[in-house]
Amino acid sequence: MASLITCPHCGVRPKEEFTIRGDAKPVRPAPEAKFDAWDDYVHLRVNVRGVMHEHWQHSGGCRRWLVVERDTFSHDVHGVTDAAEFARARAKAGTTGKAAKPAKGRATP
Amino acid sequence: MKYSAFSIFRQGLSGNKGWQPAWREPEPKSHYDVIIVGGGGHGLATAHYLAKNHGITNVAVLEKGYLGSGNVGRNTTIVRANYLLEGNEPFFAHSLKLWEGLEQELNFNAMMSQRGVINLYHSDGQRDAYARRGNAMRLAGEDAELLGREEVRALVPYLDFDNARFPVHGGLLQRRGGTARHDGVAWGYARAADSRGVDLIQNCEVTGICREGGKVTGVETSRGFISCNRLGLAAAGNSSRVAAMAGMRLPVESQVLQAFVSEGIKPFIDQVVTFGAALFYLSQSDKGGLVFGGSLDFYNSYAQRGNLQTVESVMEAACAMVPAVSRVKVLRAWGGVMDMSMDGSPIIDKTPVDGLYLNCGWCYGGFKATPASGWCFAHLLATGETHELARAFRLDRFSRGYQIDETGHGAQANLH
Repeated sequence: MASLITCPHCGVRPKEEFTIRGDAKPVRPAPEAKFDAWDDYVHLRVNVRGVMHEHWQHSGGCRRWLVVERDTFSHDVHGVTDAAEFARARAKAGTTGKAAKPAKGRATP
Repeated sequence: MKYSAFSIFRQGLSGNKGWQPAWREPEPKSHYDVIIVGGGGHGLATAHYLAKNHGITNVAVLEKGYLGSGNVGRNTTIVRANYLLEGNEPFFAHSLKLWEGLEQELNFNAMMSQRGVINLYHSDGQRDAYARRGNAMRLAGEDAELLGREEVRALVPYLDFDNARFPVHGGLLQRRGGTARHDGVAWGYARAADSRGVDLIQNCEVTGICREGGKVTGVETSRGFISCNRLGLAAAGNSSRVAAMAGMRLPVESQVLQAFVSEGIKPFIDQVVTFGAALFYLSQSDKGGLVFGGSLDFYNSYAQRGNLQTVESVMEAACAMVPAVSRVKVLRAWGGVMDMSMDGSPIIDKTPVDGLYLNCGWCYGGFKATPASGWCFAHLLATGETHELARAFRLDRFSRGYQIDETGHGAQANLH
């Protein structure tokens, strides 16, 4: 795995300064959303083998949340964005990540 | 061919030329009653118990590499049943009972060694937690002993008892726990299943799951289409990818867990010892190498290799627990890819797809679970009903709020 991460605020830093939270793709449902939406968000994962967006926190530096684009097979890092910027870009594009997901826990024939 | 002292003696006299391959290399048939995806410990055990307990022998195990090339060949061989929660403990207790009779049952030397497993504690709070765990184990019929500091010292004198940060206050001992040879387990199950007529098909990668009217009809593989009545998935590490072929997402993330072996040294550590202050465990193999490991690398990975950050933290824990190992050289490190489920507990259940059954989410616990996992999964595949011991391992437990959160970390895969 790449041993250096380029924080958009602090520059090139050792990976050990960061804490990893996990998949950045699931979007938190609205508080009044149906139970299924919450179950989906909390429990189900695409678990991709390939390029994945992940939430990392620069906990040993600026403490900002970042989105790291990383390959889960080769461990290569392809890009780092600030999480707020990532969320804004996603909101602007109007994608909530739903389009890419198959139905939850149920089969699509 | 049955293995025995006599057969070894006889082969010895004839230059060891009469040994037969342990299993056949059959061509896949066009149809099977049951196909199991994944030729690791769980898949092979499932095939064995399907044949032995349920008389279903028209079974194929499909393995994309060679048998035992996945997690059953890359773990730290520990066998134990020291679980706390009701949904877990009876299952692993049954597994340990099966381990005890495994070599006789399979006629194969799996080097099962009940050397004892000691979990150290370093504080009053941890002692109370282990006392509770020990009581839960005994309620489930398992053996557990809570040891004080001097009792631990008598068993494992080489620990750093006066460590300023993590002084050893005592430990929870399960004497019937221990280790088994991981490859031997895979080979033993493979040979036993094969001898009952199960086809073990290696280098056969499943590339698609075929369905008709919502029911599974077979699998597309690198060796052509094979039809089946029932399909069982036991592809730990890659469960999400196989399940995605049937349009499902699972409450599972794949993560890497590293382990290490040192150079061979004289017999020194008799038991399996785990460090309560960090996730670390240590035992000594029959060849003399120390076998140890620690925590996950904390991010999703399919790579079967880890990074140096985790190596460093494992070595620190090793030296904190047993200062003497700081002078031992590490020979090898490796990483296994595991299904980390959202509550740290496994899933053995039918799926919403008719004829498709799932065995996944074993987290750190896959090796020790091998016999009982095969036992319960075979029961599910044969009868369509969940086995009593696996009744808590339901796929829908997350949405229904019946998680088995053994470590109390909630729904986050990389914390279990």
